[in-house]
Amino acid sequence: MKAPLSWLKEYVDIDISAEALQEKLFSCGFEVEELIFLGKDVTNVVVGKIMKCEKHPDADRLTVCTVDCGDHGVKQICTAATNVFEGAAVPCALDGATVLHEGGIQKIKTGKLRGVTSEGMFCSGQELGINDDFYPGAEFDGILILEEGVPLGADIRPIVGIDDWVFDIAVTANRPDCQSIYGIAREVAAILKKPLRAFGVSYERQETEVAISVEVEAPTLCPRYVGHYVKGVKLKESPLWMKRRLALLGIRSINNIVDITNYVLLELGQPMHAFDRSFLRGDKIVVRCAKSGEKITTLDKKEFTLRSENLMICDGEGPVALAGIMGGLDSEIKDSTTEVFFEAAKFARDSVRKTSRALGQRSDSSARFEKGVDAFTPEIAMDRALHLVYELGCGIPTTYRADACADPLAPHTVTASYEAINSLLGIEVPKAEVNAILQRLEFDIADMGATFTVTVPYFRDDVEGWPDLAEEVIRSYGYEHIEPTFLKEASVTHGGLTSQQKEELHFKQTLAGEGYFEALGYSFYSPKDFDLLRLPAEASERRAVTLKNPLGEDLSVMRTTLTPTMLANVVRNVRRGNDSGRLFELANVYLAAELPLKDLPEERKHVSIALWGEGDFFDLKGAIEAIAEAFALKFSYVRGTKPFLHPGATALIKLGEKEVGWMGELHPTVAEELALEKAVYLAELDYALLSKKFRKGIGYRPISKFPTVKRDLAVVVEEKVTCAELEACILRACKAAKRAELFDVYRDARIGEGKKSMAFRITFEPDRAAEKPLSPETVDGFFHKIVGNLKHNLGAELR
Amino acid sequence: MEATENIVLEAQEEAQGAESSRALYEIKMKFLGRTGKVTALLKGMREIPANERPAFGKKVNDIREKLEALFAALEERMKEKELAEKLAGEEIDVTMPARRHQKGALHPITRTKSELIDIFAGMGFEVFEGPEIENEYYNFTALNTPADHPARDMQDTFYITEEFLLRTQTSAGQIRLMEKKKPPIKMLSPGKVFRSDDDATHSPMFHQMEGLVVDKNITMCDLQGMLNEFARTMFAESSKTRLRPSYFPFTEPSVEVDVSCTACGGKGCSLCKGTGWIEVLGAGMVNRHVLENCGVDPDEYTGFAFGMGIERIAMLKYGINHIRSFTENDVRFLEEFKD
Repeated sequence: MKAPLSWLKEYVDIDISAEALQEKLFSCGFEVEELIFLGKDVTNVVVGKIMKCEKHPDADRLTVCTVDCGDHGVKQICTAATNVFEGAAVPCALDGATVLHEGGIQKIKTGKLRGVTSEGMFCSGQELGINDDFYPGAEFDGILILEEGVPLGADIRPIVGIDDWVFDIAVTANRPDCQSIYGIAREVAAILKKPLRAFGVSYERQETEVAISVEVEAPTLCPRYVGHYVKGVKLKESPLWMKRRLALLGIRSINNIVDITNYVLLELGQPMHAFDRSFLRGDKIVVRCAKSGEKITTLDKKEFTLRSENLMICDGEGPVALAGIMGGLDSEIKDSTTEVFFEAAKFARDSVRKTSRALGQRSDSSARFEKGVDAFTPEIAMDRALHLVYELGCGIPTTYRADACADPLAPHTVTASYEAINSLLGIEVPKAEVNAILQRLEFDIADMGATFTVTVPYFRDDVEGWPDLAEEVIRSYGYEHIEPTFLKEASVTHGGLTSQQKEELHFKQTLAGEGYFEALGYSFYSPKDFDLLRLPAEASERRAVTLKNPLGEDLSVMRTTLTPTMLANVVRNVRRGNDSGRLFELANVYLAAELPLKDLPEERKHVSIALWGEGDFFDLKGAIEAIAEAFALKFSYVRGTKPFLHPGATALIKLGEKEVGWMGELHPTVAEELALEKAVYLAELDYALLSKKFRKGIGYRPISKFPTVKRDLAVVVEEKVTCAELEACILRACKAAKRAELFDVYRDARIGEGKKSMAFRITFEPDRAAEKPLSPETVDGFFHKIVGNLKHNLGAELR
Repeated sequence: MEATENIVLEAQEEAQGAESSRALYEIKMKFLGRTGKVTALLKGMREIPANERPAFGKKVNDIREKLEALFAALEERMKEKELAEKLAGEEIDVTMPARRHQKGALHPITRTKSELIDIFAGMGFEVFEGPEIENEYYNFTALNTPADHPARDMQDTFYITEEFLLRTQTSAGQIRLMEKKKPPIKMLSPGKVFRSDDDATHSPMFHQMEGLVVDKNITMCDLQGMLNEFARTMFAESSKTRLRPSYFPFTEPSVEVDVSCTACGGKGCSLCKGTGWIEVLGAGMVNRHVLENCGVDPDEYTGFAFGMGIERIAMLKYGINHIRSFTENDVRFLEEFKD
């Protein structure tokens, strides 16, 4: 909300600087986002009177003027402007002055123009940063000619209305009443403890025969509608003071009637509309929802086809305005208008918002209604508008008023106690102080005993209960009075992470310990990402939760797999010259039982891991095995396929019989599509499944008191026999064999085509309860049994 | 007998010239070995008259002892010499790069979140994580923000259906917890939140941490006391907080909380735009309607809530300038957070 200091001063005697007021507003909850001094870039520009105009001796287009600048002396100024004349009063930028020029600031210095000294420059309205509403003629393409009688040598800024401060105030959503100059003035008056002057609402009325009936068919959407008939309208320009005030807030002057509606909107925060009565068919206003398919053309000449949820203002035949948003073209104020029907209403904020959004039609009025208007102000605003009509002589208010009000208007009351307020705040605000603060904010206090009742001012719909009063008290009293304490009366509670949360952190730390950096991705991506993964149409991943209003298609579906995000991370890194890297992300995927959603989708944690540049499949497998080790999981890896992975280097990861994830090398065609030259290895695991099997705590069992024995074993097998099969066979052969670790794979002609030698180091461990160590003979026995089993089951020959 | 005398001199001369322990050993064997010269002397005893034998024997023994001592000393010296030579040959360039296993790191958001949790866990806060896809009730209605409330416009919401949306605030967690658990409550609710806002300073997804305390006789003074403690632990021992009025539908009174500038300590600098203060979080006393919505008697219990952006805290703490850095996952950025 923008509020000019000069306008605020109409209601409050402000005797502190704009900066000091900014501070005070801030500590009361009104942050001034910007404090603008309008004339800050126009300096040392004074009024001068042109005494003499002569042709420049050496330039046809230049005129040399002798200018009387009052106390600043007589100056010689050369100008190329053609609209100057002897006797004209003009703004003169003297030596050292600044003016506005093409969006920047221009410095003026004494200099020579074609050999003739020029001690300054005449200014156009544009160079002063003003338009016609600030000063007539300001938009003329030439020098601004001032009215006669302006004092010579005077600072130009007060003359053209730019010696003013404008506060741009961030008003919180609970204070729609402060979306108005008068609302801000109320706060200022309370802050400064000064009286608030009332605005004029008096006018004389003339009898009329005219009666324009108002029927509200949708009272919940339009709780109040006040209309008033004005005759004898004389459309003309508004007075300068009004035009300037509108201009200060960025509103162009149209004519006196329209300007009055805008002025009241700014001053009191009540949107108003003026209909040309002669275009209201049937002398009737009906406030109703549109009939589906009904049409209206608004005064900006846009046509809208309406739906049944759009609230309309209609006359006896059809729509004449989009309620609270914009009037219709036909009934707008025109040069021929002689009778006006003013509207000041309260429309439900969400109704205005929905219609405004649905039609894409916004206005100052709709923006204001969306924030909320109280039910009392329409009547007050109407009187204010009629006062202005009367004062400006632009029409004759009549006695005819229509007022449709859904609920009886009664100010509401709140019961509070000093003790409750103080106990919420935790400090003791003196009773007299509480009363004074509330009274300054126009709360009426009755029976000031331990408990008291206040009548809430009509414009404060936000105040519902005594905590709101506590807030009013403390924001005025000052938050610096709060004395920090540390939960002096609270119970002791036990805090910290749950065991699941701790596990998650441990999981992440495990991967970080393996050299992987944690990544963080958006929870949504593009549906095209599923195409990149070559996922078939029926793939479950494609059944993703979709946003209704995404920022764009790229961010429109909720993740069902983390892999596309991870691939994007790899691509971004490679493009930035990070040739190698390791990343992981632990985050939710969103799995819908049913689409469209009937219930909250399942949010399931997945982990995605990637490695590129340095390292290969088995390095990535190392990370997964590190997880297995940290949480005592036993993964098995079986060959599998994924449409986006290399068919020869893809493993499905299992925990027991359950598939919990996959890992593999990115398919070369996908890599090519992403312009990735080096191999990328990816994995994604269902963290939720893993975490169910996490070992809880450390499962200590005593170790054998006898040493372990290691034996190496090399066997020749067919190529198709896997390491996992051999390992499993070795471990199954004998209980004492605790580990079988592959340490060499060897192929050559002597071993034979299609064969390989695989060497394992087997660790034998005596039984925990054993009373003697493993003898060499016992181990020999184990070894023979293993060799026998390997030969029998896998055709392995001892090498 | 002179020949026997000469053996010692001969051995001395030869042994001195030995250049390795192998050579020294061979010389030693030449004199003291089974076929060595000293052994040969003893074997020649038979040819010496019996009466001279004791004297001769003694002499040979003396010689052997002398030689054994000689060789022992030389061997010791040789061993030292050879060790010195070996060590000299094994000199390495200690400035060559270390060989090690590279470690990764947690994301700065995880780090900051953990740090925040640690601070509040120490004060007795438990951690509760609600769903990221929420329904209107938990995200808005129960938080005293009915459908026509202008505060719904304060946050641009991503909708999935009329009813389901991406949560815009972790405050939604407050309600879910209070439905399950009765006071005393001290809860933190960290997590992802979403707003349809995307520009240089806003990201459509970011992280918040909501804190809630509900108990008997909780006051605004307790709120500031706790936030002071937080600021001191998170930023600097000298950090202070400042409350100023604000508005959130689910708290009344509501405040914005500023922390004394982390860069200048309050003197005024470019980070705090000369004010000495930095806006860090929003807070307030829990609105009575919110307590009622969760079945908590507002006449018996009061509470406060606070909410902060984890990105904002991380940016202040580490001096990160761009919110985009958090989701770009450039490994060079992530490597900065190794420890």
